[in-house]
Amino acid sequence: MTLNQQRKLKTILTGLFAWSVALVLFFPIFWMFITSFKTELQAISVPPSLFFEPTLDNFRIVQERSDYIHHAWNSVVTSFGSTIIALVIAIPAAYSMAFFPGKRTKDILLWMLSTKMLPAVGVLVPIYILCRDYGLLDSKTALVIIFTLMNLPIIVWMLFSYFKDLPKEILEAARMDGATPWDEVVKVVLPLSVGAISSTALLSIVLCWNEAFWSLNLTASDAAPLTAMIASYSSPEGLFWAKLSAASTLACAPIVIFGWFCQKQLVQGLTFGAVK
Amino acid sequence: MKRSITRLLMAPSVIMLLVWMIIPLSMTIYFSTIRYNLLYPGQNNFVGLMNFEFFITDPGFIPAVSNTLILLLSVLIITVVLGVMLSALIDKPFFGQGIVRVLLISPFFIMPTVNALIWKNMMMNPVYGIFAWISESLGFEPIDWLSSYPLVSIIIMVSWQWLPFAILVFVTALQSQDTEQKEAAQMDGATGLHIFRYLTIPHLARPIAVVVMIETIFLLAVFAEIFVSTGGGPGYDSTNLAYLIYNQALLQYDVGVASAGGLFAVLLANIVAFFLIRAVGKNLTV
Repeated sequence: MTLNQQRKLKTILTGLFAWSVALVLFFPIFWMFITSFKTELQAISVPPSLFFEPTLDNFRIVQERSDYIHHAWNSVVTSFGSTIIALVIAIPAAYSMAFFPGKRTKDILLWMLSTKMLPAVGVLVPIYILCRDYGLLDSKTALVIIFTLMNLPIIVWMLFSYFKDLPKEILEAARMDGATPWDEVVKVVLPLSVGAISSTALLSIVLCWNEAFWSLNLTASDAAPLTAMIASYSSPEGLFWAKLSAASTLACAPIVIFGWFCQKQLVQGLTFGAVK
Repeated sequence: MKRSITRLLMAPSVIMLLVWMIIPLSMTIYFSTIRYNLLYPGQNNFVGLMNFEFFITDPGFIPAVSNTLILLLSVLIITVVLGVMLSALIDKPFFGQGIVRVLLISPFFIMPTVNALIWKNMMMNPVYGIFAWISESLGFEPIDWLSSYPLVSIIIMVSWQWLPFAILVFVTALQSQDTEQKEAAQMDGATGLHIFRYLTIPHLARPIAVVVMIETIFLLAVFAEIFVSTGGGPGYDSTNLAYLIYNQALLQYDVGVASAGGLFAVLLANIVAFFLIRAVGKNLTV
């Protein structure tokens, strides 16, 4: 075998290997998707059936039984709402820490991240009681507030690590031209970091969409987002895998498709830019 | 710009996080020292450390702590070791790389409740699940995963979610590896294994640190997977601290004991964080 052939063979083997790993890891999702088009009987047939006449009944039943649209709307409101609020609070903070670092900037950042290390269970009881006393149980308001605070440290940190890498000269030039601090942020910093801000926002939306601890414990039906709706399908009575799969497919599809388009930015974002 | 303005810009974030940390935490501390059961309102006398005693002597306590740590360590080891090996193997151009990337990262976007339901029903069910079908086709007895190996099942679910993340971070990191260095090493007769050990692993030190840190934040708080699939059982076999405290507070209505447990969880997270930040902090640029 020549060296060239050897190299080709290696590429093919790498490809085969990579594809099989990807297919194995993706299989459960594929199976969920396929099952959502089966009848309940086909869904539990042994051996598993791969070829069948697809039906859309399950999706209709899911919408009727648990009002998918209502819960999806809750997910959209809570994840987008909290992400926007968190960005508005975090951008000024990240800006000031990145461009005017003080002696304690590093400590403040580490402290912020450490609040993320506080396990949610540690404060479950007080938050539950506060929500109960202020009539916020099963309300979107409570979830938006909690999601905002939950992701704020990560958002500040991510924005900080992007802002920090912006060339300082540009800002100085703007200042020489008589730009006020407000101009500086709105006309120079923000346009330069559209990409960074959007990938931060994407990550925050994904984390909120999939958040399950608070939504399971603080909502019942009115404000329940999709994570909580799905949990109601975990009841052991009877096997309704086709409906369960349809509900799961509906719950995950928006965020998975969303994620496919921005997976690269997400990984970069989630590693605080440490991996480029 | 004046210091006062920079402080003002930081203030909303800092103040909100302080409030978010201090108010619930001090309430937890207060609740943990009084008798507070939602079933017996009005009997909230001071009980000292009794709630802690109750929590620590609860039959679920030791299993919960060890399950929490086993879950954390197993998932970390599985995702980092498999992640490094798989990413090193697929870090070459091949057919359909873009699609493979998209397929690989997908489990990361699946919500924990759905993750648990797919695995519990369609994969691990002892009669109709895919695993059962595979073992029967191979002539083995099907295994009832959730009741025979509850913690292992949870570890599989959680690893499935986080392995893609690790692979993607490492693959991204490997792309910035110096190819000239690798070629030079090859010229000098280094084997693939040597290159992996002395060039690839050191290059991945920082990404590994980042993955470990981020995963730890989420792994100490695994809840939905247990809630949906095993319910912490059988017995306490798959109960972790988060689930035990939830159990105390919202199922047994004992706020006092649950608060004591919450403080213990905070303490445990701090111990882990202490070691982690020392190990990882060096690798994070601030």
